[in-house]
Amino acid sequence: MTTLTKESQGPEHPELLELDRVTIRFAGDSGDGMQLAGTQFTKTSAVVGNDISTFPDIPAEIRAPQGSLPGVSGFQVSFASTEIYTPGDAPDVLVAMNPAALKTNLADLPRGGILVVNEDEFTETNLRKATYASNPLEDGSLRSYRTFRVPISTLNARALEDSGLTAVQVDRCKNMFALGLMFWLYSRPLDTTVHWITEKFGKNPGVAAANIKTLKAGYAFGETTEMFATHYHVPKAKQKPGLYRNITGNEATALGFVTASKLAGRQLFYGSYPITPASDVLHELARFKNFGVKTFQAEDEIAAVGAAIGASFGGSLGLTGTSGPGLALKSEAIGLAVMLELPLVVMDVQRAGPSTGMPTKTEQGDLLQCMFGRNGESPVAVVAPATSSDCFNMAIEAWRIAIKYRTPVVFLSDGYLGMGSEPWLVPDYDSLPKIPVVFASDPATYKPYARDPETLAPPWAIPGTPDLEHRVGGLEKADITGNVSYDPANHDKMVHLRAEKVARIAQDIPELVVDGDERGGLLVLGWGSTYGVIMTAVQRARAQGKRVSMAHLRYLNPFPRNLGEVLTRYDKVLIPEINLGQLRLLVRGTFLVDAVGFNKVAGRPFTIRDIEERIGELA
Amino acid sequence: MVTANGDKKDGVQVLSRKDFVSDQEVRWCPGCGDYSILAQTQKVMPELGIPRENIVFISGIGCSSRLPYYMDTYGMHSIHGRAPTIASGLKASRPELSVWVVTGDGDALSIGGNHLLHVLRRNIDLQIILHNNQIYGLTKGQYSPTSELGKRTKSSPVGTIDAPLHPLTVALGAEATFVARTVDVDPHHMVGVLERAYQHHGSAFCEVYQNCNIYNDGAFADFTAKEVRADRMLFLEHGKPMIFGKERNKGIRINGLQPEVVEIGVDGITEADLLVHDETRPDPTIAFMLSRMSYPDFPVPIGVIRAVQRPTYDDLMTAQIEHAVAVEGEGDLRTLFTEGDTWVVE
Ligand code: SF4
Repeated sequence: MTTLTKESQGPEHPELLELDRVTIRFAGDSGDGMQLAGTQFTKTSAVVGNDISTFPDIPAEIRAPQGSLPGVSGFQVSFASTEIYTPGDAPDVLVAMNPAALKTNLADLPRGGILVVNEDEFTETNLRKATYASNPLEDGSLRSYRTFRVPISTLNARALEDSGLTAVQVDRCKNMFALGLMFWLYSRPLDTTVHWITEKFGKNPGVAAANIKTLKAGYAFGETTEMFATHYHVPKAKQKPGLYRNITGNEATALGFVTASKLAGRQLFYGSYPITPASDVLHELARFKNFGVKTFQAEDEIAAVGAAIGASFGGSLGLTGTSGPGLALKSEAIGLAVMLELPLVVMDVQRAGPSTGMPTKTEQGDLLQCMFGRNGESPVAVVAPATSSDCFNMAIEAWRIAIKYRTPVVFLSDGYLGMGSEPWLVPDYDSLPKIPVVFASDPATYKPYARDPETLAPPWAIPGTPDLEHRVGGLEKADITGNVSYDPANHDKMVHLRAEKVARIAQDIPELVVDGDERGGLLVLGWGSTYGVIMTAVQRARAQGKRVSMAHLRYLNPFPRNLGEVLTRYDKVLIPEINLGQLRLLVRGTFLVDAVGFNKVAGRPFTIRDIEERIGELA
Repeated sequence: MVTANGDKKDGVQVLSRKDFVSDQEVRWCPGCGDYSILAQTQKVMPELGIPRENIVFISGIGCSSRLPYYMDTYGMHSIHGRAPTIASGLKASRPELSVWVVTGDGDALSIGGNHLLHVLRRNIDLQIILHNNQIYGLTKGQYSPTSELGKRTKSSPVGTIDAPLHPLTVALGAEATFVARTVDVDPHHMVGVLERAYQHHGSAFCEVYQNCNIYNDGAFADFTAKEVRADRMLFLEHGKPMIFGKERNKGIRINGLQPEVVEIGVDGITEADLLVHDETRPDPTIAFMLSRMSYPDFPVPIGVIRAVQRPTYDDLMTAQIEHAVAVEGEGDLRTLFTEGDTWVVE
């Protein structure tokens, strides 16, 4: 934190401090509108030019009892004047709307951090629900924090006395009061949120007016009360010029898929069964009807992938999406797509497992399931976005590979990427490369399993093409003709051909790029959503003079063709993963490199400190 | 483009049964009822007036599911129980195709039971031909979900203890708009049912009693054998009274909530007392009743039991997309990219 630019506006005015980065966590009951407050704060911060990164923490139970510990919902937003890669390890500010929110979040707030509590909610009943033996506001347990007790409920109600709304409606507006206060504390303008409220409640002007009024009341409260001696300013970040929007990983994924369909000129067909945290992609794609996107909410996970395979057989882009448990159910059908050699993209937004696990919590536990979770030798390509906005790029990439190589591709995201958001530099659609699609059409030369000499992909001959009628299926097929075959030599050949086809994708993807020294010292190798944390930890370690480099895999099968060679250039290799070492197993097994791991599987992203400490042990 | 409804384009070459015979050797046991189903299917295809390239057969796993290999159309022999899912995705994405699902009692009602329910309730415009032999043939003779209670098989040496499903009842329960039954030993009848199934706009469910002469020989012979057929089967005809018997002197009458077999001319009963078959009846109660009539208490009904109209999933899906395009205009990614709040960094 850098300080200073004191504004001398007289002693009665709070001083204005400049900071380069702030992390705020809004926490309250799931009915308190914390996600809304958080996203609005994010939008405004983005609009004023900060770099931002967010992470929502949503309770697993949809309707946990009000005021209870499982009912707490949180939203963390980090905003900065420099480039940032994570929503921050620990918040600088915790807004706790009730005792339960305080109880579940206080441990993350560093000593000396700012704590804003809605003191109205610290009633005996609520304290009991939050399992507090005594009132933390009274018993001195908050002494080491800069605690601000704000009667948010009362002030909100007072502001809306004449609103004509019911008491319940009025109470629902209190998140906007809290948001207004935060806007003041961090010197943000209100207009973005005012605009949003006006649009959102357009049909209900009374509610819109009330929300705006209490938002302003919260702001004014900060300004006029003497409670806060200081407020803050986080200047604009230096960012690549261009048009930006805030985007969650799941939104970026859906956009990437529909973009791929346009680039390929083929209809997108999405078969899916609702599952947390992947359902947002279904919701998004279901909106894109005027893009010709067809969404099929199937009766189960198997039907979802089956329908996608049917669509691909017909020449559409058959897509299915799920999370870990659903991927397990889809295994047999993905094996069918391997055998048929049809393009298919399978999105897995990973969550904490095994079994039902913790649906709203993130994890990287499905890598080996994607790689090997099918019967027989059943290779598929696997790509993994590194950030929320990278989901867009990798979704297109997944389709490029699936179409060109006629193979299933797993798009391996996770809850952290899917639900988290960051600014996205809006691409220029016209500069995106087209994805060529070639269908077989010549009966004279057509053979169902003849292969392209370069990619080894068989032709795609779709129903409706005269004289290319043919049968495919899950039984082993003879090379070239595709007829059913039990011939031992043929099976051996086909197993090798299918493997070789996927392996050849390595020639068609970028080489792995190392950030840091070209050789020597420690290499931290990551994949997926840990990118931001690893990047930040590595930068910090380097600032302390440590010899640390990093590389991040966005292609997990096949690996970038230079990976093996890169690994040999470093003295030590560290692979942090939110699993028990799945990439490490692959890397060690493939390259005989003695990589070590950092493996913490807590249902949450790593903290920067986690990685820094592990780097400290090795470098 | 030629539609799956058979609008024949001028100059479309006339196809014959032979055009639908693939070059693959048929590998069912000699004498299997599947041969007849294959033959009738190949015979019906040229009658439908669809270009061959627009026809797709999709099957699951089991003896019956080999059928697509023998049809010279597009085809997929997929995985156990899942043919309706693949067919649904194909038809929903390519509504102009004529999609046929070939399945068996184990494939459709055991491992794939869930999918059968849902394809029928969605009323996707495709045909489902269920070869019901009341046994698992491919895996060599275990009981199936349609095997009669107490049946002794390799996996039930002292008899099964699970009650069988009635495929037509299941289909009706799943809101099927077209439900029919035919038998392997009556090729003429089967051709008629297959044609009707094709003509139906929506999911057409056809149960075919199919003899597995290796593991369940004669399962249906009690009523399908030529000599007894007339007396033990009820050939349903829309708009006609339910009469059966060699002498055409027996019929079905409703007594309270139950069907009963009556004899015309006995106790003053005339044709007018008999139930008249109405396959278009919106209320499925009578269809349900017919689906449960079984030999020896009743003649076994065959033919089209129910054929009602309801919008199809694929039509509704297309309509939603057309509507969206009409109202919002053809989607433009440039607009979609910049949805919501954007800001410019200079
Ligand atoms: S086992 Fe039965 S059903 Fe299968 S092919 Fe042989 S006779 Fe036909």
